[in-house]
Amino acid sequence: MSSMETSNLTRETLRKMFSEDKRFDGRKLLDFRDFEIDFDISNKAEGSARVRMGKTEVVVGVKLTTGTPYPDSPNKGNLMVSGDLLPLASPRFESGPPKFDAIELPRLMDRMIRESGMIDLSKLVIKEGESVWTVIVDIYPINDDGSLIDAASIGCVAALYNAKMPELMENGLPDYENKKDKLPLTGVMPLSFTFFKLGENVVLNPTREEEEACEGKMTMGISEFNGKKMINSCQKGWEKIIRQSELEEMAKILPEKYEGVMKKLKSYLK
Amino acid sequence: MVTRPSGRKFDEVRKMDAKVGIIPNADGSAMFAFGDTIAIAAVYGPRQLHPQHMQNPKTGILRVNYDLLSFSVTDRKKPGPSRRSQEISKVTEWALLPVLNLEGFPNTVVDVQIYILQADAGTRTAGINAASIALAHAGIPMKNLVCSVAVGKLDTELAVDPDNAEEHYEEGEGHTDMPIAKIGNTDEFTLLQMDGKMPVDKFAEALNLGNKACKEIYEVQKNALKNFMEEEK
Repeated sequence: MSSMETSNLTRETLRKMFSEDKRFDGRKLLDFRDFEIDFDISNKAEGSARVRMGKTEVVVGVKLTTGTPYPDSPNKGNLMVSGDLLPLASPRFESGPPKFDAIELPRLMDRMIRESGMIDLSKLVIKEGESVWTVIVDIYPINDDGSLIDAASIGCVAALYNAKMPELMENGLPDYENKKDKLPLTGVMPLSFTFFKLGENVVLNPTREEEEACEGKMTMGISEFNGKKMINSCQKGWEKIIRQSELEEMAKILPEKYEGVMKKLKSYLK
Repeated sequence: MVTRPSGRKFDEVRKMDAKVGIIPNADGSAMFAFGDTIAIAAVYGPRQLHPQHMQNPKTGILRVNYDLLSFSVTDRKKPGPSRRSQEISKVTEWALLPVLNLEGFPNTVVDVQIYILQADAGTRTAGINAASIALAHAGIPMKNLVCSVAVGKLDTELAVDPDNAEEHYEEGEGHTDMPIAKIGNTDEFTLLQMDGKMPVDKFAEALNLGNKACKEIYEVQKNALKNFMEEEK
């Protein structure tokens, strides 16, 4: 279980299976794992959710605080996305200063949420130029069995939909004992999908074992805006090159994958 | 109809400048500019790698550090690495690695230091272009150069190599930024990032706009290397 290196044998076996559109768990290369969501997993958070996707588990919590707006956006609330890869979740994660993956995960989620325009930040102003709400989204994997970014994206959307605004006390501070209104959202809902590459094959939603055998990856955040499917964020990872034809193919597959996951996610939000 | 704040055509890259051999102490060095954005890069190595546990007996490794000089931006940047600079350093490393062959230098490191002297958007792409020719100048075995540019979108119009004013375009769908890097004159991408709103059916067109600019950048890079060789004669 805590073996860290992918053996050449595993990599060669996967290479052969992928070229036949097969995987150890019976999925085809572009099949997304099924997932489950639980809400209100931590009652001090203003919103929270747990996503279980295969053996991968991620928890996301939303906290709301009051603060001052950024000078260049006096009439908008603030968004902060953070998180960590805790040594709790995998023998691969270590304590200490954040490694690259721990920096990348919240940055990718920040871009996906922010650029999609999911949160209506203009409705989070308490007093223009002086006081606004800050939305803080914290992401923690509890068990890493691959595709943390994809699972985290579902968790972020779920937790933000679950979030309730604290009332304001007379002194202007949040009253965390009284939460009523929903967090103002625009209805745009983003998701992220990460394509992995081994040899010439592209695989979606890999397990940890598959991920470690792969050589390249490409994360894409997508949402629907004014009836159009929009890519909101991209990040190519690792050193393997990706051809233009492969990129175009990923963009073509994306809307269908988005619809599939969104259908399931929406069934939880009713 | 959108017009670019800079007045440029949508497929027009800013005036480019490149120079090789700007830092005598370095094994390789170069400057690359997109208009008012100026990046400088130095290469040191291959050299012995410490700490020893990072050494790879099969190959040399590449280590990239990207950062803004503190005075290169309007609001002074606090010196030292930020999460942004750490992310850019890493994606730059991935962007350059596919053209390098470091297998002849086991247990060593090639250090690439990229700093931005003056920032007007497109700093990571200018940095990659500078680093690519600095690596060639250092004589590191390479199969090709890497060319990099950002493709922007202002409202609904694609526009290559946006400057800072264009990056703050707020009308309609606002601004979208998509930095890419490719291996010179191939269809092989080594970097692709994006934030903004890119319609799925416009993605290929955006890549093609980047391809066209990368062709021009490739020529500028090759000329800088040629000029250096001639001056050395």
